Amino acid sequence: MQGEERKLALSVAADETQVRLSLHGDWRLEDGLLSKEQLRAQLDPKPNWRSLVVEGQHLGRWDSSLMSALRELKALTDELNIALELNELPQGVIRLLNLADSYPRRQVSTEQAPQLPFFERVGRRTRKAFKRFDFTLEFLGLLTMASMRLIKGQARYRAEDVRLFMLDAGPGSFKIVALISFLIGIILAFVGAVQLRQFGAEIYVSSLVGLAMGREMGAVMTAIIMAGRTGASYAAQIGSMQVNEEIDALKTMGLSDVEFLVLPRVTAMLIMLPLLTVFSIAMGILGGAVVSSLMLDISWQLYIKQMSDTVALYHFAIGLVKSILFAVVIVMAGCIHGLNCGRSATAVGKATTLAVVHSIVAIIVVDSLVTVMLTVLGL
Amino acid sequence: MTKSTHIEVNDLTMAYGSMVVQRDLSFAIQRGDIFVIMGGSGCGKSTLMKHLIGLNRPAKGEVLFSGQSLWQVSAEQQRELLRRFGITYQAGALLSSLTLGENVALPLQQFTQLSAAEIDDLVRYKLALVGLEPYQHFMPSEISGGMRKRASLARAIALDPEVLFFDEPSAGLDPVSARLLDDLILELRDSLGATVVIVTHELASIFAIGNNSVFLDPETKTQIATGAPKELLAHCDDAKIQRFLTRGERTSPKETTTP
Repeated sequence: MQGEERKLALSVAADETQVRLSLHGDWRLEDGLLSKEQLRAQLDPKPNWRSLVVEGQHLGRWDSSLMSALRELKALTDELNIALELNELPQGVIRLLNLADSYPRRQVSTEQAPQLPFFERVGRRTRKAFKRFDFTLEFLGLLTMASMRLIKGQARYRAEDVRLFMLDAGPGSFKIVALISFLIGIILAFVGAVQLRQFGAEIYVSSLVGLAMGREMGAVMTAIIMAGRTGASYAAQIGSMQVNEEIDALKTMGLSDVEFLVLPRVTAMLIMLPLLTVFSIAMGILGGAVVSSLMLDISWQLYIKQMSDTVALYHFAIGLVKSILFAVVIVMAGCIHGLNCGRSATAVGKATTLAVVHSIVAIIVVDSLVTVMLTVLGL
Repeated sequence: MTKSTHIEVNDLTMAYGSMVVQRDLSFAIQRGDIFVIMGGSGCGKSTLMKHLIGLNRPAKGEVLFSGQSLWQVSAEQQRELLRRFGITYQAGALLSSLTLGENVALPLQQFTQLSAAEIDDLVRYKLALVGLEPYQHFMPSEISGGMRKRASLARAIALDPEVLFFDEPSAGLDPVSARLLDDLILELRDSLGATVVIVTHELASIFAIGNNSVFLDPETKTQIATGAPKELLAHCDDAKIQRFLTRGERTSPKETTTP
C-alpha cells in the first residue's frame, strides 16, 4: 500500500443513482490539494446521481490534503444535491471532519465600513488635522512649562539622562556628520568651479562654499542627519516605553512624562545640534578647500583669506540660529510621535517613520520661513 | 486597625470614546483591605484599575481617596496623591534603560531628600524584601518575567505607599512562586498597614488573600456583586459568580451551600 499514488476509483451501481467512490493510495500535501473544480472534472457527476458513498479500505497514509479534498467534495455534493456518505472512512478522518464542523458558523462581520460621502470625509479629515494641531500646541505648552520649571530648578528628571543623550547625539554622530559635510563641501566647490571658471573667477569658489555651508547647508544637512538618527531613535524609545507600560508607571509614580522624558532630550539636542553644525560647516569648508587646492590651484591661505574677506560672520550666526530651531523641531517630532504611539510593535515602527518624515518636512518648512523672514529684513 | 473607607467608587462609568466598558460601579474599599477586582477575560478589570490609579478619566461618576477625587485637584496635588500609591504592572513596566537598583531608586531620588548612600541602602533593603538583592545591577531585560514582577513590586513599595495596586500579579508564575507572592502581599499589607487592590482571576489567590471584592460582568457591563470572595462563594445565588468561583464546576447555585 505504501508509496502508492493517490487515486479516485468510481463504481456506479446498476440503477445509476448510487455511486461508490473508493480512495486509493497515499494522500500527502506534497502532491498538492484537490479543488472542487478538479474533483468535478475527475468524478464527472451525472445529474441522476442521488448518493455518493466514500470508502477508504485501500487508503494508504493520509494527512490534511485528504481532509481538504473531502471538504471540497462535501461542497460539491451539496451543490449538486447528492447525499454524501462518509461512514466507511477510517475513524480518525470522520472525527476530524466532525470536529471542524462542530463549531457554529458565526457570521463575523468582515464588511468594510460604508464609503462616506465626499464632504463628510473632508470634514472628518479636517477635524482630525485640527486635533493633531491641538495636540502639538498642547505639547508645546507643556514643554514650555517644563522648561520654566527646569530654569527654576523644580523639574524632575535624571541629570544622568542628559549626559547620556548628549553623548549619543554628539560624539555618536561625529563620523557621519563629518563624512556628509565634507562631501557636500566638495560637491559645492565642484559645481561652483565649473560655472565660475568660465569667467575666470575660480577664486569665488571659496566665497560660495563659505556662504552656502555657513548659511544653509551646514545647519540643514546636520539637522536632517540628526532627524534620521536621533529623532527616530527618540520616537522608538518613547514608543516602546508606551508599549511596555513604562510611561504609565512613570505617571503613577508622580513623574511627568514631558519633564522626565522630553526635557533631557531637548536639552541634549539644544546643546549638541549647534555644536555639530559648527563642526559640519568646518568640514564643508575643508572639503571646498581640498577641491580648490587640487583642482583650481588656489592655495589654502588664499582660500581662507578670500572667504574671510567676502563672507561676513553674521551668515554663520544665521546658520547657528537655524540649528537651534531645528533642534526643537527634531525633538518635538520624535517625542510627540513616541508619546502618541499605540500599544503594539507595529505602532512603534509607524511612530518612528512618522517622526522622521515629519521632522524632515518641518526642517525644510522652518528653513524656508527663516529665509523669507531674513530676506524681508534684508539680511 | 480601625476600619474606615479608604477608596470609594461612586456610580462610575468607564468608556473608551463612545464604547462603554462598565457602568454604574459603586463600591467601597476599607483601609487594610485586600480588595480583589475579578471577572472574566475582557470585562474591564484592568480598565477599572487604570481608573483607580488616575490614568483614565471617568466618563461619569467619581473615585475618591480618603474623600478626595484625583480629578478635582490641581496637577501638583494629583501628583502628590499619586505618590502615595504603589503600582505593580502586569509585565513589570520597569524602565528598560535603568538597572533594577536604579529603577527602585528613582522614586527615592525624585521625592525624598536622602543622600545617595542612604538611597543605596534603602534600595538594597527593598530588593532584599522581594529576594532580588543580588540582582541590583542587572538590567530588566536580563532577568526572568517573574523576577521583573518582583522588582516592580520593590519599586512600588519604595516610598512606603498607602495603597498597593497589583495588575495580575500571579499571571505567568508557577504555583509555588504565585503562593510566595501571595504571602509577600499579605506580609506587606500587615507591615506597611497598606490597602491592597488586586486585579486577578487566579482563584487560589482570590480565596487565600482576598477579603473584599467586586465582580464585573462583561455581558451586562456592570458589577454583579461585591463582598468577601468566600462569602460570595457560600451565599451568592448568582450563577455567573458561582461558575467563576468554582471554575465552571457548579452551574446551578441552588444545589450547593458550603458552610
